[in-house]
Amino acid sequence: MSKDRPALVELRFELNGKDVAVECEPQQTLSEVLRGRLNLTGAKISCEVQVCGACTVLVDALPVSSCTYLAYEAQGRSVTTIEGLEGRDRTLHPIQQCFIDEFAFQCGFCTPGMILSAKALLDDNPDPTDDEIIHHMDGNLCRCTGYVPILKAIRKAAAVMKEARG
Amino acid sequence: MMPLRRFAIHRPADLGEAAEMLDHYGDTGTLYAGGTELLLAMRHDLLRYEHLIDIKAVAGLDRVERRDGHLYIGAGATHRTIERSAVCRELLPVMSEMEANVANVRVRATGTLGGNLCFAEPHSDPATLLLALDGTARAQGKSGERMLSMDELLAGAYENSLAQDEVLTGVDVPLPGPSQRNAYLKFQVHERPLLGLALSLELDDGGDIREARCAIGCVSPTPCRSEAAESLLAGPADSVEQRLQEAAAALADEAALTDDREGSAEYKRHLIGVLLHRAARKCLNRDG
Ligand SMILES: Cc1cc2nc3c(=O)[nH]c(=O)nc-3n(C[C@H](O)[C@H](O)[C@H](O)COP(=O)(O)OP(=O)(O)OC[C@H]3O[C@@H](n4cnc5c(N)ncnc54)[C@H](O)[C@@H]3O)c2cc1C
Ligand code: FES
Ligand code: FES
Repeated sequence: MSKDRPALVELRFELNGKDVAVECEPQQTLSEVLRGRLNLTGAKISCEVQVCGACTVLVDALPVSSCTYLAYEAQGRSVTTIEGLEGRDRTLHPIQQCFIDEFAFQCGFCTPGMILSAKALLDDNPDPTDDEIIHHMDGNLCRCTGYVPILKAIRKAAAVMKEARG
Repeated sequence: MMPLRRFAIHRPADLGEAAEMLDHYGDTGTLYAGGTELLLAMRHDLLRYEHLIDIKAVAGLDRVERRDGHLYIGAGATHRTIERSAVCRELLPVMSEMEANVANVRVRATGTLGGNLCFAEPHSDPATLLLALDGTARAQGKSGERMLSMDELLAGAYENSLAQDEVLTGVDVPLPGPSQRNAYLKFQVHERPLLGLALSLELDDGGDIREARCAIGCVSPTPCRSEAAESLLAGPADSVEQRLQEAAAALADEAALTDDREGSAEYKRHLIGVLLHRAARKCLNRDG
C-alpha cells in the first residue's frame, strides 16, 4: 500500500431525494460509488469513454456520464438515477410508462440512460421538436431497438407530461 | 476496464495558488477541469498523475461577458454554458452554434473550453473557430499574465505551449462589427469531427469581401489558415465565388493532408471544397 494514500472524500449529496453520506477515494467514479457502494445498479457500464450513454445519471438536473464523472464532483449536489424516477405511490414516471407503451426497448441495457437523458430534455424543454429530441439524444446509443420507437416514446411522454400539468 | 489509478485532488483558492501547486507538483500534477479528456487518457494509462488540481475551485473562471471590444469567455466555461450564454448568442452567435454541436449532451455539460484548447486534440471545433475569429488566449502563471494567439497556444497535436505553472484563464474574441459574416461547419461521422471549417468575412458596403479569414481543423496536427486561400477569398463577391475551388485547394495544400483511418487525403480535399462552398454561401446569404 502506498505510504501517502490520498485522503478519503467524505461525500454528502442528495440521492433520489434523500441525503446520503458515503466515503470514497478521489479517483472513484460516480458509477463505482452508486453501483458498488450504494447498490444502485440502474446505471449501466459499457464503453467507459463517454460515448454510449448507458451510464447516464442526472446531477443537478444535467445528464452526466457516471462512468467517467468523479464521485467527488457530486459533493453537495443532487443526483438522480433511474431508481429515483417512480412516484411516491410507486407509479412509473410518464417517460418510463411511455417507453413500455411504445416498445422502446428490447434488452433494456440502454434504457435507464435513455430515460434519464430524455428527462433532462423534457424538464428543460417540455415541448421539443423531433429535431431537438434527436439532437439531445444523439449521445445515447441503443444496439437493439432502433431509434424510432425511442423517439415516439419521448414525443408521447412530452404530451402526457403536458397534459398532467394541465 | 481498469479502474483509475489513485490520485489526490487539490482545490486551489485562487489562480496564484493554482500556479504554486502546478509548480510544486511538477510532472506528478496537472490541472483538472471537466476531466472528459484527462480521465479517459488516465484510464487508458496514457497519462499518469498523482495530483489533480481542480481548477473549477477557482471562482469566476466560467464567466462569459462583454469586455471593451471583446467577448471574454472564461476557460472554465462548459460547452453548455457557452452554448446557452445570452451574451454569446447575441454578440457572437457562431460560437454558441458551434458549441451546441460539440460532442454529446453529457460532455457538453462537464467539458470546458479551457480543457478542450489545452488538451490540443486535433479534432477540436473551438480551436478551429477561434483561430478564424482571431481569439487571444490569456494565460496566468506565477510571474503574471500573458496573451497568446491561438497559433501560439496550440503547439502541436496534444501539445500546448503553456509553461508548467501557467493556467489558461480565458479567451478574448474580438466582437464582430455589422459588416462581418461568420460561419462554422463541420462534417462528422463518429464522435469527433472529420473536418471543421470556419470562415470569417469582412464585407464592404457593396457586399464585396474586404478581408477573409478561413481556418480548417481536424486534418492537420493543429488547425491552420492559408494566406494564399485568404487572398483568393477577398475581392468582388462574384469573382470570389469563381475562385472557391482554388481557395479550397490552397487550404488543402497548407494542411499537408495524409491518408489515415478517417479517410484518404483525396477525400479530405474534396470535403474541404464542399464545406468552403457551403460556408461562403452562408456568409454571402446565397442560400435563397
Ligand atoms: C465522446 C467525446 C466526444 C467529443 N467530441 C468533440 C467534438 O465533437 N468536438 C470537440 O471540439 N471536442 C470534442 N470532444 C472533446 C471535448 O470538447 C473535451 O473533452 C472537453 O472540452 C475537455 O474539457 P475538460 O474540461 O473536460 O478538460 P479536462 O479533461 O479536465 O482537461 C484536459 C486537459 O487540459 C488541461 N486543462 C484543463 N483546463 C485547463 C486550464 N484552464 N489551463 C490549462 N490547462 C488546462 C488539463 O490539465 C488536461 O491536460 C469530445 C470528447 C468526448 C469524450
Ligand atoms: S459507459 Fe459511460 S458513456 Fe458509455
Ligand atoms: S434496448 Fe438493448 S441496447 Fe437499447
